[in-house]
Amino acid sequence: MKRVLIIVAFFAGLVGIWQAVCAAGIWSPVLLPEPLTVGRYLWAAILDGSLAESAWVTSKRLLIGYAIGCLLGLPMGLLTARSRWLSDTVGVLALGLQTLPSVCWVPLALLWFGQSEAAMLFVVVMGTLWSVLIAVDNGVRNLPPIYVRAARTMGSQGFHTLRSVILPASLPYVVSGMKQGWAFAWRSLMAAEIYVTILTGYGLGHLLHFGRELNSMDQVIGVMLVIVLIGLLADKVLFSPWERFLHHRWGTAKA
Amino acid sequence: MSVTDELQNIAPAKLIVEGVSKTFSSRNGKVQALDNVSLEVGEGEFVCLVGPSGCGKSTLLNLIAGLEKPDSGRLLANGNPVNGPGRDRMVMFQEHALFPWLDVTGNVMFSLRLKPGLTEKERQDVAAYYLKLVGLERFAHSNIHELSGGMKQRVALARALAPNPRVLLMDEPFAALDAMTREQLYTDIQRIWAARKKTIIFVTHNVREAVCLGDRVVLFSRNPGRIREQFKVELPRPRDINSVELAAHSTEITRALKSHHVAQEVAE
Ligand SMILES: Nc1ncnc2c1ncn2[C@@H]1O[C@H](COP(=O)(O)OP(=O)(O)OP(=O)(O)O)[C@@H](O)[C@H]1O
Ligand SMILES: [Mg+2]
Repeated sequence: MKRVLIIVAFFAGLVGIWQAVCAAGIWSPVLLPEPLTVGRYLWAAILDGSLAESAWVTSKRLLIGYAIGCLLGLPMGLLTARSRWLSDTVGVLALGLQTLPSVCWVPLALLWFGQSEAAMLFVVVMGTLWSVLIAVDNGVRNLPPIYVRAARTMGSQGFHTLRSVILPASLPYVVSGMKQGWAFAWRSLMAAEIYVTILTGYGLGHLLHFGRELNSMDQVIGVMLVIVLIGLLADKVLFSPWERFLHHRWGTAKA
Repeated sequence: MSVTDELQNIAPAKLIVEGVSKTFSSRNGKVQALDNVSLEVGEGEFVCLVGPSGCGKSTLLNLIAGLEKPDSGRLLANGNPVNGPGRDRMVMFQEHALFPWLDVTGNVMFSLRLKPGLTEKERQDVAAYYLKLVGLERFAHSNIHELSGGMKQRVALARALAPNPRVLLMDEPFAALDAMTREQLYTDIQRIWAARKKTIIFVTHNVREAVCLGDRVVLFSRNPGRIREQFKVELPRPRDINSVELAAHSTEITRALKSHHVAQEVAE
């Protein structure tokens, strides 16, 4: 209860400061609209459905691309960690590509796939895949060998060892890698949406872009707020349960 | 299969190690961990291996466990050649090697889940039985990081006992524990050995520990790893590590250990 109060008070305070700065009239209201103006924009955008529509388009791209990235990155990371050959080839490739900011995939994606959903997905997948792969690879490599030996004496082998020992044992690495992948995917998708117009659906990035074109700062700030909210929500829904589990079981420091 | 069947004592196995050698090559050259080692362990016998660090005790245990293969020689468990790990030979490692992603019961269940022919309920009951045997029934759902060192080794013991192996291989399981906890575990391990009928090979650095637990103490020397001498311990059980007779026995063995050591240093 006390925590909730502190959180509410903090954000109410921020809005208060914002309002006070607007009231002081230092900047033109075109550049810094009042909180209420932004609120009105958000309300209108919710009512006419444009906000929900964009949020849905963006989330869909993100979730599908992210899922594909994880589904590819997880087994690939397991394999590169276990095989010398794959680690010298795919592993090195992943390491190189991971240093490439994932926005850099946008021009290539556009040339390959055109202004389509596929281009957006591709950018998200590239943002996710390499960091998940590297995190899993790293996790498996840092595994104390005693776990696999102990499991072998108990009759575990092959796929069972992979699923019941190697994967859970590297869970702390896997979760942090998936979180990093999520952050990369989210950033690159936003950049791509601002950068190019995809006719099959207007995402939050487009909304932000249109806000700038129309010089409507209330829309720009409003959409930014929504983007922040989605980021927070994803963190709470997708990652917090895992982090709580890790903390509970491993006794690691609370995230 | 029912829980009573599953918990029934099965005959402990006889182990035969015949002319086994094992060499490791590392960056600093070759190390002959074991040189032509032969050892026979009877059904239900409690054998302690003692020797200086690096004399190949762990290597021998790993060979019997089937985690590694000998360069030459044969290993037989109950007449069958050892070709790999098996649930008839369970290992308790020096580091507890418990799985931090599972709770206490989950750890004990790990090996049971791999054992066919049991229902989930029966496995739960078997796990509960062994947790009670090691005195941890109250901690069935604790996380591993919440346990003390002694409790972790108890869980490791329960996990090793759970699939009802015929042989228990213990590699310095109590080395990291304080004296009080260790003494309690000596009592417990003797009780469990008597109750569950196992063949046990127990590696230790501590001669008193070896005399307290073993029917026989096998002395190793290193470079290359060989068996030097063997001592039968015929003291009545349960043995108290602080008793005077036990101290007399261990003095004798310690003296032998030291003389080999000195002889070896001189030879080098
Ligand atoms: N995987 C390995 N690779 C290279 N050398 C090894 C390996 N395992 C063991 N050795 C070497 O073999 C020798 C025997 O090792 P082992 O672990 O069996 O000794 P130990 O008697 O168990 O020693 P301690 O009492 O310290 O545990 C040592 O010299 C060790 O360096
Ligand atoms: Mg050892």
